[in-house]
Amino acid sequence: MTQTSAGRRETMNTTCYMCACRCGIRVTLKDGEVRYLEGNPDHPINKGVICAKGASGIMKQHSPARLTRPLKRKAGAERGANAFEAISWDEAFALLEERLGNIRATDPKKFALFTGRDQMQALTGLFARQFGTPNYAAHGGFCSVNMAAGMIYTIGGSFWEFGGPDLDRAKLFVMIGTAEDHHSNPLKIAISKFKRNGGKFISVNPVRTGYSAIADEWVPIKPGTDGALFLAFIHTLIKQGLYDRDFLVQYTNAAQLVNMSKDSSEHGMFVRAEVPEEEGCFDPQNKLWWDRLSNKAVITHTPGVDPFLLGEFALPDGTKVKPSFQLLVDRVKDYTPEWASKITGIPAETIRRLANEMGVTARDQKIELPIAWTDIWGKDHETVTGNPVAFHAMRGLAAHSNGFHTIRALSILMSILGTIDRPGGFRHKAPFPRPIPPCAKTPKGPEAVQPNKPLDGLALGWPADPDDLFVDKEGTPVRIDKAFSWEYPLSVHGLMHNVITNAWRGDPYKIDTLMIFMANMAWNSTMNTVEVRKMLNDKDGNGEFKIPFIVVCDAFQSEMVAYADLVLPDTTYLERHDVMSMLDRPVSEFDGPMDSVRIPVVPPKGECKPFQDVLIELGSRLKFPAFVDTRGQRKFKNYPDFIINYEIEPGSGIGFLAGWRGKGGEKFMKGEPNPNQWEMYAKNNCLYHHVLPKSYQYMRNWNKGYLEWAQRHRLTRYAEPILIHIYSDILQQFRLAAQGKTQGKQPPAHLRRRIETYFDPLPFYYEPLESQLTDKRKYPLNAVTQRPMAMYHSWDSQNAWLRQIHTHNYLFVNPKTAAAEGIDDGNWVWVESPWGKVRGMCRYSEATEPGTVWTWNAIGKQPGAWNLEPRANEARKGFLLNHLISEELPPQPEGEYLSNSDPVTGQAGWYDVRVCLVKAGPDEEQVSSPQFDTLSPVPGEPTRHKNWLAYVTGKLMGT
Amino acid sequence: MIQLALVIDLNVCVGCHACVTSCKEWNTSGEAGYMSDDRPYGEDPTGNFFNRVQTFEVGEFPNTETVHFPKSCLHCEDPPCVPVCPTGASYKRPEDGIVLVDYDKCIGCKYCAWACPYGVREIDEHQKVMKKCTLCVDRIYDKSLPQAERKPACVMACPTNARLFGDVHDPDSEVSVAISENGGYALMPEWGTKPANHYLPRRKTRIKIHDDELMRADNPLKKEGVRPKPDVHEPSLDDVTSW
Amino acid sequence: MHPAFSVIFLTTLIGAGQGLFLALYTAQVYSTVELLPVPPSHFYVQGSAIALALLIGGLVASFFHLGHPERAWRSAARWRTSWLSREVIVLPALMGAVAVYGVVHHLNLRLKDLGFATSVDGDLALVVGAAAVALAFLLFLCTGMIYACIKFLQEWASWLTVVNYTLFGLASGFLLATAYAAYQAPALVYFFGAWTVIITLAVWVTRAASLIRNRRLKYKSTIQTAIGVRHARIVQKSQGFMGGSFNTRDFFHGAAPWLFRSIKWVFLVLVFPVPLVLLFNGMVDRSVPMLSSAFVIQYLGLLAERWYFFAQANHPQNIYYQTIS
Repeated sequence: MTQTSAGRRETMNTTCYMCACRCGIRVTLKDGEVRYLEGNPDHPINKGVICAKGASGIMKQHSPARLTRPLKRKAGAERGANAFEAISWDEAFALLEERLGNIRATDPKKFALFTGRDQMQALTGLFARQFGTPNYAAHGGFCSVNMAAGMIYTIGGSFWEFGGPDLDRAKLFVMIGTAEDHHSNPLKIAISKFKRNGGKFISVNPVRTGYSAIADEWVPIKPGTDGALFLAFIHTLIKQGLYDRDFLVQYTNAAQLVNMSKDSSEHGMFVRAEVPEEEGCFDPQNKLWWDRLSNKAVITHTPGVDPFLLGEFALPDGTKVKPSFQLLVDRVKDYTPEWASKITGIPAETIRRLANEMGVTARDQKIELPIAWTDIWGKDHETVTGNPVAFHAMRGLAAHSNGFHTIRALSILMSILGTIDRPGGFRHKAPFPRPIPPCAKTPKGPEAVQPNKPLDGLALGWPADPDDLFVDKEGTPVRIDKAFSWEYPLSVHGLMHNVITNAWRGDPYKIDTLMIFMANMAWNSTMNTVEVRKMLNDKDGNGEFKIPFIVVCDAFQSEMVAYADLVLPDTTYLERHDVMSMLDRPVSEFDGPMDSVRIPVVPPKGECKPFQDVLIELGSRLKFPAFVDTRGQRKFKNYPDFIINYEIEPGSGIGFLAGWRGKGGEKFMKGEPNPNQWEMYAKNNCLYHHVLPKSYQYMRNWNKGYLEWAQRHRLTRYAEPILIHIYSDILQQFRLAAQGKTQGKQPPAHLRRRIETYFDPLPFYYEPLESQLTDKRKYPLNAVTQRPMAMYHSWDSQNAWLRQIHTHNYLFVNPKTAAAEGIDDGNWVWVESPWGKVRGMCRYSEATEPGTVWTWNAIGKQPGAWNLEPRANEARKGFLLNHLISEELPPQPEGEYLSNSDPVTGQAGWYDVRVCLVKAGPDEEQVSSPQFDTLSPVPGEPTRHKNWLAYVTGKLMGT
Repeated sequence: MIQLALVIDLNVCVGCHACVTSCKEWNTSGEAGYMSDDRPYGEDPTGNFFNRVQTFEVGEFPNTETVHFPKSCLHCEDPPCVPVCPTGASYKRPEDGIVLVDYDKCIGCKYCAWACPYGVREIDEHQKVMKKCTLCVDRIYDKSLPQAERKPACVMACPTNARLFGDVHDPDSEVSVAISENGGYALMPEWGTKPANHYLPRRKTRIKIHDDELMRADNPLKKEGVRPKPDVHEPSLDDVTSW
Repeated sequence: MHPAFSVIFLTTLIGAGQGLFLALYTAQVYSTVELLPVPPSHFYVQGSAIALALLIGGLVASFFHLGHPERAWRSAARWRTSWLSREVIVLPALMGAVAVYGVVHHLNLRLKDLGFATSVDGDLALVVGAAAVALAFLLFLCTGMIYACIKFLQEWASWLTVVNYTLFGLASGFLLATAYAAYQAPALVYFFGAWTVIITLAVWVTRAASLIRNRRLKYKSTIQTAIGVRHARIVQKSQGFMGGSFNTRDFFHGAAPWLFRSIKWVFLVLVFPVPLVLLFNGMVDRSVPMLSSAFVIQYLGLLAERWYFFAQANHPQNIYYQTIS
């Protein structure tokens, strides 16, 4: 054994950022150099464990792909050629200040800021708003906005950052459409404990890897058909009477009466009683129930009333009404297991059995906790009860153009089982639950965009009715991505996947500067990669770029960097301050709000500067009101100073960090700025965790104590109940607008049918849009992707350790499917869609549904990108399915350039693509296709170790 | 006599590779280091690891099991790699049963690797000595670490706690109990190497629902007034007979 | 197993060296009891020098196998348990004994020089040679047992391995002795040639026996025992890394199936019939070139044989390294 010298040893806590889970890490340094990174045992998120990525952070820190100097595209060089000259930060800032200053003074919407990471939105969103541009979003639109929107518009909360399965107490856990490592360490910890406690774990997924591998039962399903499965579950559960009636009555709108008169402008809306409507963004409690005892309509939640959930009734004025649950029953009547079986490929018997397992477990294994609480209507409860059936789902449902309704169906399934914010079911994480929909709103028209003024409203919001749409009088979108327009009304995370195409086409208008942070829009983060790369470099008749100026901020030399006019070198997570803020997507736990920070443990490499500091510098130079005082003097020295001193309103006491507020750190959530806040976080594992009293930890949609606590601490403005929307009359309002029955904004004629169809107040199953338009005999297979555990959500697959595990990808195919095309294990195959074709190697897998092919995403690389050698396996054998996926649907009556997205939310339909397989010919070159030009390193990039490498506490050995 | 070992629970291993890289991270700068990588950014990158996670598919669709299978030195009680070593560099510690390589004595003849049926020894191509899992012997006795952290790096890292560490000779230890209660087994028992590391098999939880459990007196459907009353004017027996 | 050329040269060179020495000694014994004419003493001196050169060549080759050849001296430490360690001790001992044997012949030393007078010519050489003979056979045992003792390398774990190593060494050495005799002591050509034929035919039989045995081998380790899962259909999907490792480089021969199969026929032809034909022809007219080429061709065949010996061995660890993805 080699004896290692002692050296000065110290440990520092910070927060990991190898993926988006934000585990606590402890960094041990020897003489100031990183000796090792490990999980922080005192951190509630990961409790000391760390994943493959987290343990490889050292190799990220020392990556040869690090950008270390600001770069300017060489005069005359094409975009994409990776030809740059290094410039100083002074030059970079001066250039940006002039360009962005001109835009802001003339037409702020010509600046667009899109970021790949959506856990920094509080600051990036503030910057965009202060700039005055509506053109801002993070990657949610192409990631999982259907999950957020579908659940938040139904139960007021969502999976992952804002809520999740309570596996501590669940007895049955159903995971659907979840990539093999989603919510990495926390979910792994929870699943393992759940299994060891004897729970049954069911995985519904076209492929069996990762978490699904250890499921007690794997239910292979055809991609994009999960909605049919959920509707059949609901059908079966209702038919058997296996639903939680009390829960539905008290805590959802299931018993509320819906106006059934076809001619009424209120058709399909809940009947409102004659009580004065309150101002505010919450569900007023002025709806009606039909009382079983008095056999008449009464205001909901009238004490002593037990309403009918089923039936049809007539109000005294003759209006026919039905409880919304009756409409659900009508809706699912034909959604039988046999019907779903044909669509999903799951035997009807299995569907029925699974539904019964859920229903009986929920009904017979009730949890009762001795926790007294009071509901918002003032009724005291001695216990908190729960039905121990928990679910988790993610992009497998979301990334389809029918995902919104699929996820609505899942939310309703979870609700009729009575599992929302109850022990053993789904639990919220602060600041959720929010009102349905949450209060944040975009402006309602183009007048909100004015020169030299902040945007009058938020760039992203939650439309509650058609009037909330961000369109002009003709219904034309105000945003470059057409979010919040009639094409995708509830696109609450924007449509980042259409920004480049729209900007290139000048539809709805041309922009000047596109700033991209940490998003590989010229590679694996874009659909239709080959064409999008051309658009990025395309010029008009005058030889000017169609997108005049592109700024990319990134820590690594990605494929996107090559297309920048200006490159800003970002730091790594070990070199910077960061906040996981309550204003953003905090790291809250089920038991209460929690936020956390990163603190630098090593100095920035070269001239790297954290993106946050760049934004604050620019905001100060451009004299945004939030960043300068009344005399125009800069308010914040840098990002850490900003975090301490910024308040959402001067004197409000609400800032980015909730912990240790007040002069001496004695307050939380609200309090004056504390100059020592960072130090206090550093001393406390870099997090602030407020554990709620037990009586506030459950039933938070309707928990008086919690809601009033949240109101007092300004998590929310209103302490009003958040009833679950089994039936969504928000959606119905859009449908009524499309039917011309409303006074307010109405869709343009060509979109009326689309809105009327897809804004159904109850979930329904339809085939994904692209499938509907594809010849399925020619393209019989679904193609999907996921990222492997060792690279999930990670931003550096060039990592020297991790790339040995996955250095290129295979196309996984069921052996029977492959053999039918004459394809052997290991053969080169073409995967063809109507939009393009790629060549890669096939790997047989019995853990793949026969109608599905899949591969690991984002392993394929452009030669030379990420400072890998041009012959690296990533470039020669790796391939992307992105080339097969179009960002737009073929022209159709509803529009020539409709996004390949969910018609409700604008969620990118990544997994809708249909493909066929063709064996590559014997004479073909054995490399992946398409191949791209080789990129050379850029100025300032560290030298790559060509032959060998070994890391010993800060020292890189090798040549 | 103490025999330290790992027990790996395949019932919860999701194949995340956390044990693979945490091992590398700890050991490359530790006493068992360094751990080199060849062509780290080039074609066919390859390097020295003490622990690998493999994946197997068992059965045919749709009855497929995907088994993730971490493997490192099993610290055999009768390690075939030790007696064959000509220099004594490969040895089994009497005090805790850990099989180690003394890098100063190793001549890099690779004979120990030939003599290991499990393929868990890897020569470092640059230090030119045989390397393998040490059970983080430079961690587990490190008094500067809190007691709870004196475990191999892979055990500390494992997010699903699929890796248990302890003395398999102590019948009351967590690892011995896990082996005896969960059907723990050793790999390739046919060679009599008596691996100290054990594996716990997959265990299935199933739910059995009897038909009569689906029919209940408190079925909520009974609460709904779904049976309409006939109109009073509809014909009835009263209209035709007086008895 | 991946055939390591340093080991192939080691075993074939020292085998020929051991065989040559044993041939020389046999000849001396025969001539002592007057079954053979007495060759000139330089015949033994130069023969021993050739045998020693082959042994040294083998030793040098072996150093290329080591990561740290400068520490090779350490490998004598574990002679109680390690056949490799034993080989490391016996090989230099044999080299010493062969050297002494040559020196004794060269100086024509007799036991009487040490104070024990006998009437036998070359008595001291016979005594020293007897020790060397024991060491030479011990070395065959050590070399063979290095492979035969690994019980899970089932192709190797057989007494046939030791027998084959011994007989191949003897055949090669006696053939070399035949050629050498044609050059230095033509009277002994038929003697060496006859023994070469006998030994070569013997090893033909024993090597064929091991080939037949290996073809019928039933492997005790299976993918089922390797991962402890009982199921008829288990397939590896990923070995856990894609760019290869020591375990994929050192334990797989990596040759195409056709090449692997043809190497077997190459050695079966080059080691047995071709040298025998050349030997017969060479003996008739005591042709040095013919007999030398018989030796060289057989030596090339032995290289192929040794390559095949490694390549044919299926290490059970290979079960763990089947697939990348």
